[in-house]
Amino acid sequence: MNQIYISLKKINFTNIAHNAKFATPLAEELMSAQPSIVEVVRKQVSVEPDLSGPTGAEILMDALIYEGVDTIFGYPGGAVLHIYDELWRVRERITHYLVRHEQGAVHMAEGYARASGRVGVVLVTSGPGATNAVTGIANAYMDSTPLVVITGQVPKHLIGTDAFQEVDTVGITRPCVKHNYLVREASDIAGVVREAFYLARSGRPGPVVIDIPKDVSAARTTYSRLDHVGFPFSNDVARVERASFSQALDAVLNAKRPVLYVGGGIANSGADESLRSFAETLQLPVAPTLMGLGGFPSAHPLCLGMLGMHGTYAANMAVAQSDLLIAVGVRFDDRVTGKLATFAPNARVIHIDIDPANIGKNVAPTFSIAADARQALSELLDLSRGQAKDKLRQSIGAREIWWEQIRAWQRSQPLRFTGSLNQIKPQTVINELHRLTKGEAIITTDVGQHQMWVAQFYPFKRSRQLITSGGLGTMGFGLPAAIGAQLALPQQTVFVVVGDGGFQMTNQELATAIQYELPVKILIMNNGYLGMVRQWQEMFYDRTYSEVDISVAPDFVKLAEAYGALGLRAERPSELHDVLAAALAHKGVVVVDVVISKEENVFPIVPAGANSSDMILQSEGV
Amino acid sequence: MRHTLSIIVADQPGELSRIVGLFSARGFNIETISVGETLDPHWSRVTIVTRGDDRTIEQIVKQCERLARVREVHDVTTRPHIEREMALITVEASAGVARQEVLSLVSVFRAKVVDISHSQLIVEASGNKEKVDTFIELLRPIGITDITRTGHIAINRLASVEGVKERNEDEYLLR
Repeated sequence: MNQIYISLKKINFTNIAHNAKFATPLAEELMSAQPSIVEVVRKQVSVEPDLSGPTGAEILMDALIYEGVDTIFGYPGGAVLHIYDELWRVRERITHYLVRHEQGAVHMAEGYARASGRVGVVLVTSGPGATNAVTGIANAYMDSTPLVVITGQVPKHLIGTDAFQEVDTVGITRPCVKHNYLVREASDIAGVVREAFYLARSGRPGPVVIDIPKDVSAARTTYSRLDHVGFPFSNDVARVERASFSQALDAVLNAKRPVLYVGGGIANSGADESLRSFAETLQLPVAPTLMGLGGFPSAHPLCLGMLGMHGTYAANMAVAQSDLLIAVGVRFDDRVTGKLATFAPNARVIHIDIDPANIGKNVAPTFSIAADARQALSELLDLSRGQAKDKLRQSIGAREIWWEQIRAWQRSQPLRFTGSLNQIKPQTVINELHRLTKGEAIITTDVGQHQMWVAQFYPFKRSRQLITSGGLGTMGFGLPAAIGAQLALPQQTVFVVVGDGGFQMTNQELATAIQYELPVKILIMNNGYLGMVRQWQEMFYDRTYSEVDISVAPDFVKLAEAYGALGLRAERPSELHDVLAAALAHKGVVVVDVVISKEENVFPIVPAGANSSDMILQSEGV
Repeated sequence: MRHTLSIIVADQPGELSRIVGLFSARGFNIETISVGETLDPHWSRVTIVTRGDDRTIEQIVKQCERLARVREVHDVTTRPHIEREMALITVEASAGVARQEVLSLVSVFRAKVVDISHSQLIVEASGNKEKVDTFIELLRPIGITDITRTGHIAINRLASVEGVKERNEDEYLLR
């Protein structure tokens, strides 16, 4: 007798409907059922071993196909042999992409998920397979990326015996997943997979790990597709009272110095349109976070540019002096707020986020709305469109002084850098990349200086155009993420902008890109340093350059060629344009080694823990 | 301020460590923790006593609610409630004055003697934290050799009878 618990808080059908374009037949079936608050029920499933039934591995494949999965990133090993055997049989339905390191598999799935809005799927073996995947899982958790990661486990009778390639995967991943499972019976697989996909994409998306012991994937059992139904739902978001929205809108209408502070929730909920209409209707200044870039077009006249540690002067000053912060799909990260006590000291805060735990975590809001960003913004938009024309005009008119102030900040301290005739400036590289790609490329990055230059100098047009490691700050994310993104969007130009440090953390995935003919363009901003660390050592540690010199590196052009990719190099400003144009024109994988000025710094910078209005705008003496 | 949280979680392997792990990862404090079956044996009640200001407690509740197998979390302390914990205390007391003193304390606190030897007694005491603390302090000078405490469980009081003032503080000692 095997028991499955069905813990039901409330079924969030809107969420399934929300992902309607990826809806499975089951989702439609469930949507047509009348949802209500379903009490906790338990379903008892009697399972007899059925020697003629399918194996756990077969059920897994069927469950994945049922979820609409056609792409898996993975790496085989002993504990997942049964699963790989079955995967081979369904290769017409599910394409497996063989990576060169499990971290690469998870980042590829993240890139795939973030470019497409679908759930990324990963399959790795037990022990080191699982531990290598952890960085990617943690990265997805921080950046709210929906993933289902399937890990092999040693057979049940060996669990806890320090068996070969055994590790407590569920224990290790517990703090960085939305949920994880150790599957004990083959008959549980279908229900677990169903719930895992639901959890991964519902509410605030995130990674879910399914750990399957080898004997469970081999065991035969009874199975019918009906096993998918009756999976446990949970983590629903409370319905928001309409009154909360009118209260919030009143605050916006009466605000003299409001700022819309928007983040990754815009992309995750598909709120680009509602955000733009809402901001335009009320003529509100918009300051996106790193994760929010593109959710509101960077070149839009209402856009102040990124806020936070390396944000624009105008965005940070506007937030610092605002009287109302409309925070949507954000979590008041320390890279945005700096010193919390003095963050937007005079502002009332409206905090809209789908994760109730984000609300009040760092900043206590005046109005809190736990809701999907798109739903909340369209609600606010509807309400504002319903206002009398006079009232709207009056509200917008009362903010003219605010806009004059903002324009003055923008004029006095735009993003800028000192050009050079002999050295390639990194900012120029991004400008040139933007020009050549007409602002349409998908850009992935690692973390560090190059990431900030991309954020500052590549104006993004839409959500999901910038795929970067935000919360965890993972070096080595960019290349595999680009491969996943290219797979999701084969028609698009995908550029990886990386440093010479981060590139060397996952450059083995060049082989994956070549093998599957995914023509990503890799642009290495090569300064021979771990640049961001060097910048901090220069600015805050008396120029003690402790262990940041990585100038002993492979010849990246030859490395590219060794993998079968095209390698190009630009060392002088005069070469930059032609080299980038050649990379763009090339049909296959290209590595462009751009040798940039060695000691360039990212400005402005708000020192860690300082007030955001105390930013340093330029280096002294330069 | 001290709060008692009642967390209803599916009785499945690993669920308790999810809760405990969340507390340590986010730097929340656990003063006591106790776990037991609920009316429905598929669900367990985890009772955690923690300390923090209102914002911290709100965060703890919300973070616990994010766990997929947690059905509900409530702060018992916000409403009239009854708290109980139990202690088993080994006291050094041979026949004579010391033993008489222990027995009279046992009677005053409505505790119980559950084991006895020539030189020692084991007494069982239950009540709210303050009562058990007081009992232990009074026994201490006589000579305690071992203590084991359960940590707190709590339940909200029934709706108050009309006309009767709500009692928030659980009375203890002599009634």
